[in-house]
Amino acid sequence: MLLHARGLTKRFPGTVALDNVEFGLAAGEVHALLGENGAGKSTLIKCLTGAYRRDGGEILLDGRAVDPQSTAHAQELGIGTVYQEVNLLPNLTVAENLTLGRQPRRLGLVSRRAMRSLAREMLDGYGLSIDVDRDLGAYSVAVQQIIAIARAVHLSGKVLILDEPTASLDAREVALLFDVVRGLRERGLGIVFVSHFLDQVFAISDRITVLRNGRHVATTEAASLDRVRLINLMLGRELAEETSHNHGRREAGAELLRAEGLGRRGRITPFDLTIRSGEVIGMAGLLGSGRTETAEVLFGATAPDSGTVRDAKGPLDLSTPARAIAAGFGFAPEDRKTDGIIGDLTVRENIALALQAHRGWARPIPRAEQRRMADEYIRRLDIRTPGAEKPVGLLSGGNQQKVILARWLAMNPRFLILDEPTRGIDVGAHAEVLRLINEMVSSGMSLLVISSELEELVAVSDRVIVVRDRRHVAELAGQAITTEAIVNAIAAPEAKQEARA
Amino acid sequence: MNGTGLLRRVAPQLLTLAAVLALVTVFFPSFLSVGLSGDRLVGSPIDVLKRGAPVALLAIGMTLVIATRGIDLSVGAIMAICGASAAFAVDQGWSLGVAVLLALGAGLLCGLWNGFLVAVLGIQPIVATLILMVAGRGIAQLITEGQILTFSDAGFAFLGSGAVLGLPVPAWAWILAGIVVGLVVRRTALGLLIESVGVNLRASRLAGVNSTVLLLTVYMISGLCAALAGLIVTGDIRGADANNAGLWLELDAILAVAIGGTSLLGGRFSILASLIGAMIIQSINTGILLAGFPPEFNLVIKAILVLLILMLQSPRLGDVAAGLLARRRRADETGAAPRPVQEAGR
Repeated sequence: MLLHARGLTKRFPGTVALDNVEFGLAAGEVHALLGENGAGKSTLIKCLTGAYRRDGGEILLDGRAVDPQSTAHAQELGIGTVYQEVNLLPNLTVAENLTLGRQPRRLGLVSRRAMRSLAREMLDGYGLSIDVDRDLGAYSVAVQQIIAIARAVHLSGKVLILDEPTASLDAREVALLFDVVRGLRERGLGIVFVSHFLDQVFAISDRITVLRNGRHVATTEAASLDRVRLINLMLGRELAEETSHNHGRREAGAELLRAEGLGRRGRITPFDLTIRSGEVIGMAGLLGSGRTETAEVLFGATAPDSGTVRDAKGPLDLSTPARAIAAGFGFAPEDRKTDGIIGDLTVRENIALALQAHRGWARPIPRAEQRRMADEYIRRLDIRTPGAEKPVGLLSGGNQQKVILARWLAMNPRFLILDEPTRGIDVGAHAEVLRLINEMVSSGMSLLVISSELEELVAVSDRVIVVRDRRHVAELAGQAITTEAIVNAIAAPEAKQEARA
Repeated sequence: MNGTGLLRRVAPQLLTLAAVLALVTVFFPSFLSVGLSGDRLVGSPIDVLKRGAPVALLAIGMTLVIATRGIDLSVGAIMAICGASAAFAVDQGWSLGVAVLLALGAGLLCGLWNGFLVAVLGIQPIVATLILMVAGRGIAQLITEGQILTFSDAGFAFLGSGAVLGLPVPAWAWILAGIVVGLVVRRTALGLLIESVGVNLRASRLAGVNSTVLLLTVYMISGLCAALAGLIVTGDIRGADANNAGLWLELDAILAVAIGGTSLLGGRFSILASLIGAMIIQSINTGILLAGFPPEFNLVIKAILVLLILMLQSPRLGDVAAGLLARRRRADETGAAPRPVQEAGR
């Protein structure tokens, strides 16, 4: 085994990002590392490259325990990394980029001639015929990517970690990159490949390791795995018995909203959606499949360029979040830190914000009233905070999520969109958020719940919409909602497109 | 914010102001004396209140702009435009009321322009306001036709050099403007929404905050404050000088906000602290002149004092100081009761 991580553990306040994870990489293999957002892929990589200090476990390189302190140190040990965003300098030449930090010197001065020949030597065997004296920025992202790889391989030479290297490449460039990766595999490097594109994973990988919620789920030969099983592993079905869904517990209410042909070019293909009062619509799909994009056009966060949404009274104006809120909508976004909380403001102010924005600046909510609201929701949602005047940025992820839920509950919306409401929060808060979802629905609110946790969707949803490739591809209802059915709909492009119950 | 909270917020600024005043008094003992000449108060403190008016007025608007994570470099140029507009109106024989309204309107229009560039077109504030900073003086020159436009309207001159109840009109102007704007932002929800947008624009928009209107509003308030400052400066010298009215004052206004402890990264703000910051700057200016240093030393001394003030307020230096104090306290653990630790700013 070239690189072996044993019992790797990493904790962040309020959450365990890596829990006793096992990861082995052999020389001469491409090993794909898969998992949804928050599964722990990037945390694992950052522990291996020294960007994070691990809290537990050990890392063996060539059988010897190593303790990378920084990415530079990891590079010296032999572990190099290339990220999705090429982190080289586009305004320097190719040769300068390749040799940066260790330019060959003569009499204390950089020798440009030696630098050029070293650069050519480094690029040898990558099948590139480029001028090392031109600026790096003059070349395509794929070529820059390969130059970054050449630099990483030259500096480290044993382990190469490719973090989403193909995210901004087209098909031809991907093929070019994969040729390079195969060449390096021949030379005996161990390569870790992180990607969301399953086709590419199957095309290049020898073995696949799947992480979920910071835990190691499986490591298998790529050849022995099919798409459905892989998606099962990624989205999770480790419970022995099928989670019972709640069909029949709720009466389907009257039609509340109807979206027709709603879409936005390049983000989500036009879709129809009917929402009844007091129901939970689940939304499943892989990362980047169009789940969040659906939520964003419904909420006016990105203005739709086709279609309408109407209620019993007529068409609704959902062109901006403020108008969607006026129409009785709410949206708790996936990325709490950048899209949800106002970190420096207090818990009280964060809870009051949406209501205050809706009332307008001239009608302030009296401070005592804000205080009463905050205290009520802190009690009702069991928000763990030293007080209502604490900056919300200091709370844990689960409690920040509850503050955002409180913000929307204070608005009493008729339709609330929750994008990954339980991501990155601990088990206790997780159960409470699910309890809240049930509470909100029984009070007549309609919910759209987007989640990567299939058990969660099965447990709370009356209907489940499945999205793939930015298109709504299937709708499941009633008894048909099982994790298996959802996985099949996500995986199979052709079968059961209209699997309605 | 309640009384004690407000006091705690501005305590570092008040202490700094006291320290500067004490320092100047060492060099110029009669600095703090105030007398009555006729029905007017006279003395250096009154002079500080009057001379500091333009920067204090600019600092009011600048505080709000900076709280939204913006900056307004054009306020000095707006002063020139508004002063020129008012002087032009008086020169044409129009009434003082029309002249003042014209100046205030011009200020609002300039603010609207800045706000449009920032909020609608999404141009970075420093670049967006740089445009008017450069173009503004040109516009002012066009209005005055390239000359210093002098006038003899007594009413207009009163705005710059008159006194009401013993206090100079410029001092009244910034004190009243500070109170009005302070009350408006804190008694309505404007303050909360401004801070929210300054901390996290995207999240605020998703919570339904109309950030476009909010940004337009703060840049217009800034333009309005600059218009008032322009009127005062023009009235004081009885003439509109397109080249020199308000020259570099935008930088002093930004400095006043920084000394006032409002982060240039946006978010929490305090208008009162910025106003005290403006008075600190003016005390230094007046103090250096009175202390009798050769004039060529003025700028260097001012820079050194400002550097000292900002270093004392630096949170990193505060941590170091707190650490040193704690170590000393541990060292004489057995000794006397712990000294009260002075909080070194934010």
